[in-house]
Amino acid sequence: MSLKKPAKDQPDMFEFNSGSLKDAKDIIAKYPEGKQQSAVMALLYIAQKQNNNWIPLAAMKYIAKFLDMPYIKVYEVATFYSMYNLSPVGKYFIQVCTTTPCMIRGANKLVEACREKISKNESELSNDKNCSWMEVECLGACVTAPMMQINDDYYEDLDKEKTLEILDKILKGETPKPGSYRGRINNEPENNRKTLMDIKNA
Amino acid sequence: MLKDQDRIFKNLYNDLGTDVFSVQKRGDWTNTKDLTKKGRDWIINEIKDSQLRGRGGAGFPTGLKWSFAPKQVGSRPHYLVINGDESEPGTCKDRDILRFEPHKLIEGCLITSYAVQAHVCYIYIRGEYFVDGQKLQAAIDEAYEKKLIGKNAAGTGWDLDIYIHYGAGAYICGEETALLESIEGKKGQPRLKPPFPALIGLYGCPTIINNVETIAVVPTILRRGGKWFASLGREKNTGTKIFCISGNVNNPCNVEEEMNIPLKDLIEVHAGGVVGGWENLQAVIPGGSSMPLIPREKCETLTMDFDSLMAEKSGLGTAGIVVINKDQDIIKCMARIARFYKHESCGQCTPCREGSGWMWRMLERMARGEASKDEVEMLGDVTKQIEGHTICAFGEGSSWPVQGLLRHFKDEIKKRNKFDPIVKENKNIPYLVDQHLLDKNA
Repeated sequence: MSLKKPAKDQPDMFEFNSGSLKDAKDIIAKYPEGKQQSAVMALLYIAQKQNNNWIPLAAMKYIAKFLDMPYIKVYEVATFYSMYNLSPVGKYFIQVCTTTPCMIRGANKLVEACREKISKNESELSNDKNCSWMEVECLGACVTAPMMQINDDYYEDLDKEKTLEILDKILKGETPKPGSYRGRINNEPENNRKTLMDIKNA
Repeated sequence: MLKDQDRIFKNLYNDLGTDVFSVQKRGDWTNTKDLTKKGRDWIINEIKDSQLRGRGGAGFPTGLKWSFAPKQVGSRPHYLVINGDESEPGTCKDRDILRFEPHKLIEGCLITSYAVQAHVCYIYIRGEYFVDGQKLQAAIDEAYEKKLIGKNAAGTGWDLDIYIHYGAGAYICGEETALLESIEGKKGQPRLKPPFPALIGLYGCPTIINNVETIAVVPTILRRGGKWFASLGREKNTGTKIFCISGNVNNPCNVEEEMNIPLKDLIEVHAGGVVGGWENLQAVIPGGSSMPLIPREKCETLTMDFDSLMAEKSGLGTAGIVVINKDQDIIKCMARIARFYKHESCGQCTPCREGSGWMWRMLERMARGEASKDEVEMLGDVTKQIEGHTICAFGEGSSWPVQGLLRHFKDEIKKRNKFDPIVKENKNIPYLVDQHLLDKNA
């Protein structure tokens, strides 16, 4: 369960722009007639994308009307799932996985790097209000641990120096290349591949 | 070691490309029509013959699950739901299927939908895998374009629509009924069973829910025959499986291997050995974080399948192997797993909601050596109070790893936590002890 609280400063109004409106209609069409409530999770995403990575309460009210469902049901969903940000997190939102498989490969060094570069505490905006970081539970890339996620992209096989480099780029407003930072190809055993060699060499 | 020609996921490391043209060279989508022509009963029987067990953790026989779907479609439509909410710490196999073998999954969806008479299939992907989900979406779009799904999919005469539904960061949505709640646009809190989803599932309609890997192996099983699949591994634990080896090994990796492969082979051959050598191994979590750990002595001879791990009071789970060497503090590792469960408990059942946090707090103190002696026994008690007293298997998932720690590392915990609040030396702080005990000793 998410422990996030809605932000204190809330905008009064929220409305989907034309792009979001089209996306929302496409998504509602995926579900059977009368079951438009199913689209609430996707619509919250769209609202989050449109509104600089966070969802104001006005957006929840708007989505409730849009899907013809009670506001509290939308609020319930938005507070239950951990990926909905209910307060501003900045343009770059950094999530560092610190669950056991990452922890035993040194995820605490990544946390240190974030503390040094971005902000002292998690879920706190950096000085330029452009990024924030937090520790999260398993992101499902255990084989390439330790790793972190910046917005949608995974940055894998990290250590402290590489994390600092990535964070430097982000603070400059660049988007670093996602993927493994040890040059490994996907999830294959590095320099120790024993399977499907014919295919690799073909 | 499994022969390369018996590997199902030939593109596990993305050497070959994922477009329809390249997957057809690997045999996917080549004779889907002929397979479905043999009929529903043939498909279900072939899967039963292959003894395929669900790859999502519980290991339920897949053919049997399909046969629970009503034989005739009544007033309510049938649904197929694919569970790709892979969040178990130590597991990252479904991600590779979504991004590198999407057509195996899509073809599996078509064949399974035909077998259980579903016209709509939802693939539930965890929200964090957005980029990988986009790759699957591209493959779905391509399949629509080539008429492999949609109306009269791949010439089978069956109509099928596939939609992706993204989760939003809740581990509990990997539980099948919580996943259905999530698709319906609610909080992901598990439902009581029965009724089982095969009869009353998504929107109250009959629904079959399978893991990504389970569905992705179906087309290959049908092409090569259930007998071939059953010839790999051993009785009731057949076929191949993607193992994810992470933690303190030299070359952490995903690898597809035969069931019943020795754990030592996986670690030494594929993952390049334990960091610091085999002697430096402390314990192994064999199947994702919910499965009790196994100490080094037993790892020597352990084989990886559902039943042999069950005999060790652990389980294969998702086959996410986390190797922990002696440089790590085992109590801290388990405390972190307990924190994971505390964070992910959906809060519906009291034993799990309260117990998972309680276990975490106790373990944190034990890691620091600040717990009292009785708490070691109390921790065991708490796990027993959670296990079996919750709606879903999350209760077991959170208490088993702690039970595993207590089973194999109790001495370590006791050595570190010698503090005993009611001892004679502490008599000079009377407010901490019961007054009558003091009087008796005076």
